[in-house]
Amino acid sequence: MEDAPAVKMIGIVKRFPGVVANDHVDFEAKAGEIHALLGENGAGKTTLMNILYGIYRPDEGEIYIRGQKAHIHSPKDAIALGIGMVHQHFHLIPTHTVAENIILGMPGNFFFPLERVRDEIEQLSDRYGLHVDPDAYVWQLSAGEQQRVEIVKALYRNAQILILDEPTTMLTPGEVQELFEVLKCMADEGKTIIFITHKLEEVMEISDRVTVLRRGRVVGSTNTADTSVTELARMMVGEQEWGEIKLPPREKGRVVLEVRNLQALNDKGVMALQGISFTIREGEILGIAGVAGNGQKELVEVITGLRKASSGQVLLDGEDITNCPPGEIIQKGVAHVPEERINMGLAPNMSVLDNLILKHHRREPFSTNLLLNYRYAKQFADERIREFEIITPSKYTPAKLLSGGNIQRLILARETAGHPRLIVAAHPTYGLDVRATDYIRRQLIEQRNRGVAILLISEDLEEIMCMSDRIAVMFEGKIMGIMDAHEADINTIGLMMAGVRPER
Amino acid sequence: MQIRLERRLLAPGWVRILTSAISLLLALLSIAVAFYIFGLDPLFAYKKIFIGSFGSLYGLSESLVKAIPLLLCGVGLAIAFKAQFWNIGAEGQLLMGALAATWVALFCPIELPSWAMLPVMFIAGFLAGAIWALIPALLRAKLRVNEVITTLMLVYVATEIVNYLVYGPWKGAREWGFPYSDRFPDSAIIPVISGTRIHYPTLILGLVVAVLAYFLLMRTKWGYEIRVTGDNPRAAEYAGIPYLRIALLVMLISGGLAGVAGVGEVAGIHGRLRYPQGISPGYGFTAIIVAWLAQLNPLVVILTSFLFGGLLVGGDALQVSMNLPVPTIQMFNGAILLFLVGGEILLRYRIVIRKGSQT
Repeated sequence: MEDAPAVKMIGIVKRFPGVVANDHVDFEAKAGEIHALLGENGAGKTTLMNILYGIYRPDEGEIYIRGQKAHIHSPKDAIALGIGMVHQHFHLIPTHTVAENIILGMPGNFFFPLERVRDEIEQLSDRYGLHVDPDAYVWQLSAGEQQRVEIVKALYRNAQILILDEPTTMLTPGEVQELFEVLKCMADEGKTIIFITHKLEEVMEISDRVTVLRRGRVVGSTNTADTSVTELARMMVGEQEWGEIKLPPREKGRVVLEVRNLQALNDKGVMALQGISFTIREGEILGIAGVAGNGQKELVEVITGLRKASSGQVLLDGEDITNCPPGEIIQKGVAHVPEERINMGLAPNMSVLDNLILKHHRREPFSTNLLLNYRYAKQFADERIREFEIITPSKYTPAKLLSGGNIQRLILARETAGHPRLIVAAHPTYGLDVRATDYIRRQLIEQRNRGVAILLISEDLEEIMCMSDRIAVMFEGKIMGIMDAHEADINTIGLMMAGVRPER
Repeated sequence: MQIRLERRLLAPGWVRILTSAISLLLALLSIAVAFYIFGLDPLFAYKKIFIGSFGSLYGLSESLVKAIPLLLCGVGLAIAFKAQFWNIGAEGQLLMGALAATWVALFCPIELPSWAMLPVMFIAGFLAGAIWALIPALLRAKLRVNEVITTLMLVYVATEIVNYLVYGPWKGAREWGFPYSDRFPDSAIIPVISGTRIHYPTLILGLVVAVLAYFLLMRTKWGYEIRVTGDNPRAAEYAGIPYLRIALLVMLISGGLAGVAGVGEVAGIHGRLRYPQGISPGYGFTAIIVAWLAQLNPLVVILTSFLFGGLLVGGDALQVSMNLPVPTIQMFNGAILLFLVGGEILLRYRIVIRKGSQT
């Protein structure tokens, strides 16, 4: 009984139309262990864990929880078995408070036991250092804060087996350390932590064991102490080598984007941009480093017209576009690779073709007067699908059926069409696998080399360092400093991200 | 044995058609049970309905008559629903169209030449229905007021306005005290196919509109923007599609077409403005089901509006021949909508039946 592993999955097979997401996967995790599930996007990690959590039913295979054969038909069953999952995309109700979200779906009181819930949330928060305000509305929270709510939600349901799907992507380096402390503490209490990731350093730092998936199959499972980053990397991506990204030197052209003393409120009505100024020239990538929730989202929205600036100016090629409607800003050549690629960048039930012509549908030759030119659109879609190597059964497939990497390719294929002057790219490789990340980065650099100005927002410091001509660091709605990339060092940037101005 | 719902990625086309068909069948089945409880032979009742609607020339022609307003309203609603704008108030928009046509026919201070009378009535009806629908569109787009409530409430406002007029200032001098307006002049009466009540110009208009609506949705810039807005409003905003414009557009069409349906009723059937229930026995509401059953495809609305026209006529026949209460037919509509909405689940989930007990 004691020897039975907390989780044992045997011969799991899950097929989706056109793909085998899990191909006879065996997986085992013990109580008190932090188990990393490593693999590229599309390797089948999330699918496997969604099966464990009851979101999908496996086509074949068996699951044993603490030695007992388990039939998990829905998350409800999983929760009853003490399984909790924190998804990459959060499952919270924006118009409800944190406390309401946490007890949503819990059996028990008919009346909302707010006081008790609040106490318990605070206890959990304190115990694990996961600070959340029970009375805040979810729509007001940053992605990082929402994730903390998800973790507390699972803990509140007394999860013994906690699955975390790419949990560190939205966290600050400090928060990642805090999270790791939490996880270690939970593992010491005998809980099982399953940690989905594609970041090798995290595997090495936090996990006791690691299972590597590639293209739906288990490549290997080993004690973390017995392996190395190089070995894991080889297991994860196979034999393929990835070239290093280099920015070719380039003559700086005219100023494309100028932002002057920009101020704007966030959804909570708090000043999120407190006087931002910078310029980007033709053929230049300005990378904005910083922890999410420091005004990057608002900055992107103001530039693209999705949020009103309360003061200051946005100039495109010298023309004032501050607070213009989004359609006009698009027309003037501002492309936008949005942070929320599915919720904002896609009409998910419409076809790949329909999604590729979004924004372009207003101009010739995509449409003349009122009529859409589907003949041209088809040709355009075929070209883009080929050029950007978008993997899709057909151009008529609903866009939501594409994998994350292919959705981002689709968005990039659309946004780079029609000769944009400026591309605002928000977290363009967030959550993508090595292959897709590499591709997206190269495409952005290709655009830069053609003279497009690029505003790159990313939390991934490595990405900022390797892709930017200049780097700005945002902290609490201000720019802490802007420097040339070759003068920048990661320590200074790290300090600035934490709000410390470098000494001169 | 266990029955489970499992999510499915995408409902194939045949499932969608099958879903509508099965929903319809189950609704008929459940009503059959109700008939049986009332002591009626369900088979006999359905036979009556069928003969009353599609099984005789008269029934067929009456079914077409009722299909006309359902078609016009249904096409408009399909467009509005496609943009996820929930216009529940086609009934009120229809009444406003009827009212505007009456004004043109009886009270217009400008003497219209007879050839211009009907076109002007249709245009006035379209505009009146559209204006009635644009109020909720503006409230929604500017102030985020829920359109379900505003469109529905405006039905009652329209009903009371018509009531006021037919009992008050517009009450006909030659109508022996009935709440009717005077009869329209001959130039304001829509011609019918002789021997029937089919006011064919409105029918043709409806068919043309259905085809145009399909074309608008699938082949034009505006239709594309309507579909994007309906599928993901945030993506629409991101792509620079102003919500206000889409809301106004779909409600202009939706309300306008309901208004045209109202013109058809007063000028094609009654020849006068009557009390609201006399003009429309809830066509604007039934059209919601018509549009939904057609999966919001304007071309399919042609079919479903005819089907529901038949159902209404069959229900009337049933009432007369078997002495059943009026709500019988409403029961029909309710059951069909209920099963239709229930059937929607089949589009998103797959039923899995497993043998053997599981814990």
